[in-house]
Amino acid sequence: MGSGTSTQHHFAFQNAEKAFRAAALIQRWYRRYVARLEMRRRCTWSIFQSIEYAGQQDQVKLHNFFSYLVDHFTPSSHNERDFLNRIFTEERSPQASETQNCGDYDSIEVPDSYTGPRLSFPLLPDHATALVEAFRRKQRLHARYVLNLLHEARKHLVQLPNINQVSTCYSEEITVCGDLHGQLDDLIFIFYKNGLPSPERAYVFNGDFVDRGKDSVEILMVLFAFMLVYPKEFHLNRGNHEDHIVNLRYGFTKEVMHKYKIHGKKILKLLQDVFCWLPLATLVDEKVLILHGGVSDRTDLELLAKLDRHKIVSTMRYKTRKENKKQAEEKGNANQTGSAGRPSPWFLPQSRSLPSSPLRPSTHKAHRAGRSSSVPCGVPLDPKELSRRVRRSVDLELERCRQQAGFPAIKEKEEPSSSESEVDSDAEEQPQPTPEEWRQVVDILWSDPMAQEGCRANTVRGGGCYFGPNVTERLLQKYHLQFLIRSHECKPEGYEFCHSRKVLTIFSASNYYEVGSNRGAYVKLGPELTPHIMQFQANKATHTLTMRQRISRVEESALRALREKLFAHSSDILVEFKKHDKDETGLIALSDWAAAVESVLHLGLPWRMLRPQLVSSLTDNKLAYKSWLENLAKEKLSQQNIQSSLLETLYRNRSNLETIFRIIDSDHSGSISLDEFRHTWKLFSSHMNIDITDDCICDLARSIDFNKDGHIDINEFLEAFRLVEQSCSGGDVSDCPQVTNSSNRDCSSPGAH
Amino acid sequence: NLNLLEDGKERKEEVAVAEFHKKIKEAFEVFDHESNNTVDVREVGTIIRSLGCCPSEGELHDLIAEVEEEEPTGYIRFEKFLPVMTEVLLERRYRPIPEDILLRAFEVLDPAKRGFLSKDELIKYMTEEGEPFSQEEMEEMLSAAIDPESNSIHYKDYITMMVIDEN
Repeated sequence: MGSGTSTQHHFAFQNAEKAFRAAALIQRWYRRYVARLEMRRRCTWSIFQSIEYAGQQDQVKLHNFFSYLVDHFTPSSHNERDFLNRIFTEERSPQASETQNCGDYDSIEVPDSYTGPRLSFPLLPDHATALVEAFRRKQRLHARYVLNLLHEARKHLVQLPNINQVSTCYSEEITVCGDLHGQLDDLIFIFYKNGLPSPERAYVFNGDFVDRGKDSVEILMVLFAFMLVYPKEFHLNRGNHEDHIVNLRYGFTKEVMHKYKIHGKKILKLLQDVFCWLPLATLVDEKVLILHGGVSDRTDLELLAKLDRHKIVSTMRYKTRKENKKQAEEKGNANQTGSAGRPSPWFLPQSRSLPSSPLRPSTHKAHRAGRSSSVPCGVPLDPKELSRRVRRSVDLELERCRQQAGFPAIKEKEEPSSSESEVDSDAEEQPQPTPEEWRQVVDILWSDPMAQEGCRANTVRGGGCYFGPNVTERLLQKYHLQFLIRSHECKPEGYEFCHSRKVLTIFSASNYYEVGSNRGAYVKLGPELTPHIMQFQANKATHTLTMRQRISRVEESALRALREKLFAHSSDILVEFKKHDKDETGLIALSDWAAAVESVLHLGLPWRMLRPQLVSSLTDNKLAYKSWLENLAKEKLSQQNIQSSLLETLYRNRSNLETIFRIIDSDHSGSISLDEFRHTWKLFSSHMNIDITDDCICDLARSIDFNKDGHIDINEFLEAFRLVEQSCSGGDVSDCPQVTNSSNRDCSSPGAH
Repeated sequence: NLNLLEDGKERKEEVAVAEFHKKIKEAFEVFDHESNNTVDVREVGTIIRSLGCCPSEGELHDLIAEVEEEEPTGYIRFEKFLPVMTEVLLERRYRPIPEDILLRAFEVLDPAKRGFLSKDELIKYMTEEGEPFSQEEMEEMLSAAIDPESNSIHYKDYITMMVIDEN
C-alpha cells in the first residue's frame, strides 16, 4: 500500500512531468512557427511598399521628362513638332467653354433598353441610396447621368471654401474614412456597418477615391450623390490621386475609357475640372484637421484658405499652360508676382537639401551635340539662350495651332526679359499658382509623418515631405488644434497613431495590395472628439483561410512582383554578380548575392530573409547565378519570341510605357502609331540615359506592332507581355461583403500619453 | 602547421561572424520602425526565432534580460542585441526541434496511441500545461490543426503539413 501508493504517485508525477514537458515542447515549436510567419508577413509588406513607392518615383521622373521637353525641346522635324503639340495641348486645362461643352449631357440619349439607375435633379436621398444599391448589384450608370451628376457636383464644389468647416453641433457623429482607391466593396461595407449618410450622420472622405481598384467611377458617383443630397453633412477632401495625370498611370483613366467608350473622353475632361474644385481640407469644430497627406514646417493654413485651389490642376506638373504663359507675356503684363527667374524643378523646394532634379542635368544634355536629333546640334548654347530659342520655336508652333483653330494672329513680340506668369484678368484664361501656393498644396497632399524630429523632402514619393513630431506639435499649437487625421499610407491594421497620438492615419481600402494584405478602418469622432476606430476586411474568402494561408497568398503575390523586378534588371544584376565572381566560377556566395541585388534595385529589402523564397537551389552554399537569372526570364517569355533583353527593357519601364501610351493616345482610342511610339521612346531613353540604339528602337516598335498595321494597340500589347494590372480585370476578389472579422477598438483621447 | 589550421579556423569564424552580423542586422531592421536602431521589446522574440532559434519562453525571457537596458525602456538597442545574438548563433543555442521529437511529444499526450488528440484535449494541454498559450495563440493553432469533421487533430498529418509549409 505504502510503496504501492508512492509508486503510483511516482508514476503519476513522472507522467505529469512528461506531459508538462511534451506540452512545453509543442508550444515552443509552435511559437517559432508563428514568429517565422510574422517575419514573412513583414517582409511581404516591405516588398509591396518599396515597389509601390518606387513606382511613384518613376511617375515623378516621367513628368520631369515631360517638363524637360517643354523647356528644352526644339523639334527637328514636322512630325516631332506635331507629335509634341499633341502632348502639350492634351494637358491644357479645359477652358470655360469646353467645360460647358462637357457638361452638355442633354443631347445624350438614354435608350429604352437601359436598365440601370436613372437620376433626376435635384437629387433626393432615396436616389442616392438607390444608386448604392444599383452598384451593389453591379449595374452601370449611363454616361448621360454620369455627366449630369458631375456637372451638378461641380456647381456645388465651386461654392465651397478650400477648408471645409464642420461642426459637431449639427450632427451627432462624424465618421472619417481614408483612401478607397476604387474599392467599392469597402465603401458599401462602411455604409452597411456604420449606416448611410444622413443629417445625423456626417461623413468626411479624405481623398484618393480613385485609381488602382476597379470601381473608381462608381465610388465617385456615390460620393458625389451623397454630397449633393446632404451638402452640410457630407464632405470630400482632395487626395493626390484626384489628379488627371496621376490617373493616367494608376488606372482610373483606363477604367473610364473601358466603361464609357463613347463618352469617356468627355467624362474625363469634366472630371479633370471637378477634381481641382475639391476642397483641400476639413476642419472639425476648429479642433481636428483632416487632410489627405500631411503637413510641412511651412504649412500655412491661412494661405491655404485663401488661394485659388482651382489653379492647381495637377500636383504633378507646375507649368500646365504654355499658351497662357505666352499670352500673358505677349500682353506685356507688368503684374509680376514674387516668383523670380526660371521656374524651379517642378516641386522640389529650394529650402530642402536634395539630389539635383533631373531637370538640372538637362542643360548638360543640351550641350552634348549629336546625342539625339531632338537636341540642337552644333555649338553648345548657354541655357538662357537655349531656352529662348526653344520657347520661340514652340511658341511659333503653338501660334500655328491657334491660327488653325481660328483664333486671330498675335503679333510676334520681343522676348520678354523675365519670366513668369501671373494673374490674368481675362475670365477665360486661368492664372498660374505661385510657387509658394503650389508648394503648400503639394505638401498637404503628399507628405508622410516620420518618427524623427524635423522636416525633410519626401524622396520616396518624390513630392511633399516627411514631417516629424515637432512639426506636428508646432502646427497644432499655432492653430489651436487637437490632432490631425490624414490618410495616404496603407497600414496593416487600417489605421495607425503616431506623434504621441496627435496624428492618426486612417486607410479604408482593405486588401489593398492583395487579398488578405491588410484591414481597412474608419474613425468616428465622438463627444470631445475622441476617436473610435472601427476595422474591417471586406472579403469573405479571407476568413475561411488560416493565418498561414492568408500570409502565403499575399506573400506569393509580392514575390511575383519582386521576381518581375529582378528580371527587369537582369542585365545590370549579371554585371554585379560577375564583379563578385572574378574567378569566373559561375557561382556566387549568398551574401554577395544579397549585396549585388540590392545595389541594383535599391529597394532596401531584407534580402537574406527573402532568400529562401527567391533562390531555390544551392550548390555548396553558393548560387549558380546564370541559370538563376535564366529561370527568372523563363517565367516571363511570351509566345511572341521577343528577345530577352528587349523584354527586360519593357518590364523595367512598363509603368512608364503605359503612362506614355496613354498620354500620347490623347483621343483615348486605345492605339498609337509606331512613329509616335518611336519618337517618345527615343526622347524618353535619352533623357533617362537608357542606352538604346535607333535600330533597337525600331525593332522594339516593330515587334510590338503585332498585326503589322503601323499601329500599336495598347491593351493588346500590355496583355501580351502580361503587363496589365489585375485591378481592372475584376478578379475573384470581390464578394458581397458580410459582417465578418471586424473589431471595435476604443481609444483614449489623443495627446494623453 | 597547427598555426595554419588555427588560422583557417579563425578566418572561417570571422567570415561566419560577418555573415551572422548581416543576418542579424537585416532581421532587426525589419522591426526597426523608427529607423533609429531600436525595436520594441515585444518583437524581440519574433526576431530571435526568425533567425533560426527555438527558445522556450523562459529562455527568451533570460535573453531579453541580457539585452535590455539597465532601466528597461521598452526598447532594445541594436548595439546590445548584436553581440548577444551573435554569440547565440555561434554557439548554435536553442536549436529547432526535429520532426521526430515533436511527434514523440504529441504521442506522450496521446498515451492510448489513437493517432489523434481531441480538440478539448489539445486545448487543455496547450492552455494549462507547459508554458500556456494565450487565447489568441490557441485559436490560431486550432484554426489550422483541427479537422472540423472529427473535431480532432491528427498530429502526424499536422506536423507533416506544417513542416512542408515552412519549406
